Amino acid sequence: MSGFDETKLDDADETVRVRFVVNGRKVACEVAPRETLVDCLRNTLELTGTHAGCEMGACGACLVQLDGRAVHSCLMFAVQADGANISTIEGLTESGVIADLQAEFHRRNALQCGFCTPGMLVNAQELLSQVAQPSRGEIRDALSGNYCRCTGYEAIVDAIDAVAKARSEGGGTT
Amino acid sequence: MDIEETAVKARAFSYFRAATIDQALDAHARAGDDARFIAGGQSLVPALSLRLQAPRLLIDITHIDELRGVRREGGYLRIGALTRHCEMLSEPLIAEFAPLLRAAAPFVAHPAIRNRGTFGGSVALADPASEFPAMTLALDAEIEIAGATGTRRVKADDFFIDLFETALQPGELITAVYVPLFKADQRFAFDELARRRGDYAMVGCGMLATCTGKRIDDIRISFFSVGNTPTRVKGAEATLIGSGLDAERIAAAQAALEGDLAPPDSDEVPPAMRLHLARVLLGRLLGRLGEGA
Repeated sequence: MSGFDETKLDDADETVRVRFVVNGRKVACEVAPRETLVDCLRNTLELTGTHAGCEMGACGACLVQLDGRAVHSCLMFAVQADGANISTIEGLTESGVIADLQAEFHRRNALQCGFCTPGMLVNAQELLSQVAQPSRGEIRDALSGNYCRCTGYEAIVDAIDAVAKARSEGGGTT
Repeated sequence: MDIEETAVKARAFSYFRAATIDQALDAHARAGDDARFIAGGQSLVPALSLRLQAPRLLIDITHIDELRGVRREGGYLRIGALTRHCEMLSEPLIAEFAPLLRAAAPFVAHPAIRNRGTFGGSVALADPASEFPAMTLALDAEIEIAGATGTRRVKADDFFIDLFETALQPGELITAVYVPLFKADQRFAFDELARRRGDYAMVGCGMLATCTGKRIDDIRISFFSVGNTPTRVKGAEATLIGSGLDAERIAAAQAALEGDLAPPDSDEVPPAMRLHLARVLLGRLLGRLGEGA
């Protein structure tokens, strides 16, 4: 078991190699320790569906799934994710697991500029994986960390509510 | 200056992932204490990005198994420092033996923050507006701290010193929090007043009472978002001990808050308003406590 190597203190901005699984693919990249996960995803891996908004955990635009749970990719450094399994909006789209949510957001105009949408979808998927039939109040509560400056939220709540009902009935959305 | 240099980002630091408590403490010392431990990082990462803090070394403690797990130990529930906020919601032992923490957990930030943030980290930061640090006071919890000279336990009453200042010394690490097991003759209540759910509370409060029938034998009431530290209201507690929760007693406890709390000046919530909200909240919670009796 290796302890701390003091010589590391002198090369603080030296990049280190991290490995994780992103959207089902093994990825290795060189990052500076201070590089946040959202910057690594967007700039190095060119997965620009994850949006950098407030970069302090308030707006929710940067949500990704880390080992299956929604987290802010602006609130962790890429080095911390070494060894983790990450799904971004690109991977969730490709796999089809949120296709019903996406269709319902589209159908109900639950977005306008779209900046918040990837984070909204990651969070909606998280909620529906935890609570099968959330009330509208629970949906609103779950979205309290996701800012949308276009829609006024009502259509977003409608869309999630509709998908929750459709999923628990075992069918697709109408 | 290129855009990289103007972006609001952390100052360069080295990163070390510790496998054991000893490794983490050793690394901190060898960096001349110019280091920070990182667990969930939900408060630390923004502080680094805003350069409110700029250590040479970041020590990742999230892979230290000794800091994990919730279990009974004697008359206490031992909550490992790395227990995440979402686990405070889902762990059956918390619901059974520390139900006040279970009641407070849904009010801690937002779901995605709760997936990363840790109980030990929240207590270590000692944000006066946070739920969990204040609840350690109401629960008469003890905080286990590891340092160069070994491990010690500090009562929550002695832990919170001033704004973001605790009994933790440089290089020390919270390893667990010990909460006395919830008993059949105890009751609890928790709530907070915030402009939006998930925002910092304007005022929050949790309490734990030991009762014989309707009589309160002992009660600990802790407020947050009322000053520089989480705050026990001992004057209000004293008015309640030895009697039942009738309207007169509740009014006396509310009146005692004036001597217990001295909310700071703030444009958003003026002191008189905060004191008023504290009285309202105390009245509601004592009412609920009485209904359960």
